[in-house]
Amino acid sequence: MATSSTNSVTGSFPVKRGLAEMLKGGVIMDVVTPEQAKLAEDAGACAVMALERVPADIRRDGGVARMSDPEMIQGIQAAVTIPVMAKARIGHFVEAQILQALGVDFIDESEVLTPADEAHHIDKFKFTTPFVCGATNLGEALRRISEGAAMIRSKGEAGTGNVVEAVRHLRSILGDIKKIGTADSAELFEWAKRLQAPLSLVQEIAETGQLPVPLFCAGGLATPADAAFAMQLGASSVFVGSGIFKSDNPALRAKAIVEATTHFMDADVLARVSTGIGAPMTGIGMDEINQRYAERGW
Amino acid sequence: MKPKLHIGVLALQGAFVAHAQALRDCGAEVQLVRTHEDLNGIQGLVIPGGESTTMSNLLVASGLSEVLKDIFRHGFPVFGTCAGMIVLAERILDGRTDQISLGALKIDVRRNGYGRQNDSFEQDIIVPSFDTPFHALFIRAPVIEAIGPDVEVLASWGDRPVLVRSAHALACSFHPELVSDLRIHEMFLSIVENFSVTNPR
Repeated sequence: MATSSTNSVTGSFPVKRGLAEMLKGGVIMDVVTPEQAKLAEDAGACAVMALERVPADIRRDGGVARMSDPEMIQGIQAAVTIPVMAKARIGHFVEAQILQALGVDFIDESEVLTPADEAHHIDKFKFTTPFVCGATNLGEALRRISEGAAMIRSKGEAGTGNVVEAVRHLRSILGDIKKIGTADSAELFEWAKRLQAPLSLVQEIAETGQLPVPLFCAGGLATPADAAFAMQLGASSVFVGSGIFKSDNPALRAKAIVEATTHFMDADVLARVSTGIGAPMTGIGMDEINQRYAERGW
Repeated sequence: MKPKLHIGVLALQGAFVAHAQALRDCGAEVQLVRTHEDLNGIQGLVIPGGESTTMSNLLVASGLSEVLKDIFRHGFPVFGTCAGMIVLAERILDGRTDQISLGALKIDVRRNGYGRQNDSFEQDIIVPSFDTPFHALFIRAPVIEAIGPDVEVLASWGDRPVLVRSAHALACSFHPELVSDLRIHEMFLSIVENFSVTNPR
């Protein structure tokens, strides 16, 4: 029997998008130490995001937020067996090159870090490692996909513990997808123009009724109910950042959010897992913050 | 017309949506499975790719692990891909110490044996029972390191089995649900059909 071994391809778009597909129905947790990463894996996280400070602390500390120290990322890679993601600044392709060299499983070109380029995002097709990017609306999502993103997440407003912005972004993206689904072929040109997005991607949405890559929810989720809310609205998975390790009992909360994400339609399970998990992070209102991370990105 | 087969897809975490679509494209009726009530009426179960440690946690928390072990012991048809194959394997290498296995297949599987995401790859593989190669996506894929005497190798790549079968359990290291080629799903459905004929509900 001939086993052809000549045509193996790594880093292709289907291979990148494939990992995003594997992370569906799961919870990706922000962690800043190997101990936190272990706790996340114990709780059933499907991946962790390795970073130096959770968004709530970045918000509090101010200053320039950059890619994490490679040593810290390696420590987390050594501590867990699940996929490890890490963040690069918007447009900072050298930070992304370093993260790829470190062997992270997904790179988040993230508005939570201070942008490095005010006009350009990273050309993500040049990388073997898949990318996830944030979006506040469908046009932004499609521009990121046209640059090679294999996963889109709603931006929400990271570090606030307030789900309202994530919900706005999810509803905006999914609402426009629904409208495009009912548009006629002539209207698709107008949609592409209005969204400032490639016509081919708009046409693909009209045909399939969905985004060309998985859509996850991020930015302000703090409770099991928030996670199930995002899933019922149509997200395929959730990112939880500050919401776990800024709460009273991270281990219990992390496990509860994992169960809530799986059983998002089952109110009895949601009631059970929401009980006795201690206080969530305090959170802040949108009128109390002076820097909206979601406005970063072009 | 033949009655539709009813197939469950374990939907605790992972690529269950893609499997459900592939099964529907094959003409099957699909039930997503999150609780043991969801098992009612299904004739076979697919365990998708995803994160095997996450699935292990949720299998225990939902009480499904014991129910599934029991039905697999009685030969209930099951198809595991990637993480799903890990969950079915009798022995898991490089897993977490608390990770459970449903033991439906006598194979030793090494988690992420083909490496991290940067090593994930696409590859045409030869399945001797198919006329043309099958285009396979391996995503942080597990390696089958050893197989028991009753396990049949249906396809290999390099020197490793990548598609195996034992009685009514089918498993592969790669992701047939991520390509439009339905031949491996059809292979599973014919296993289910044969089982249903000899074990009517």
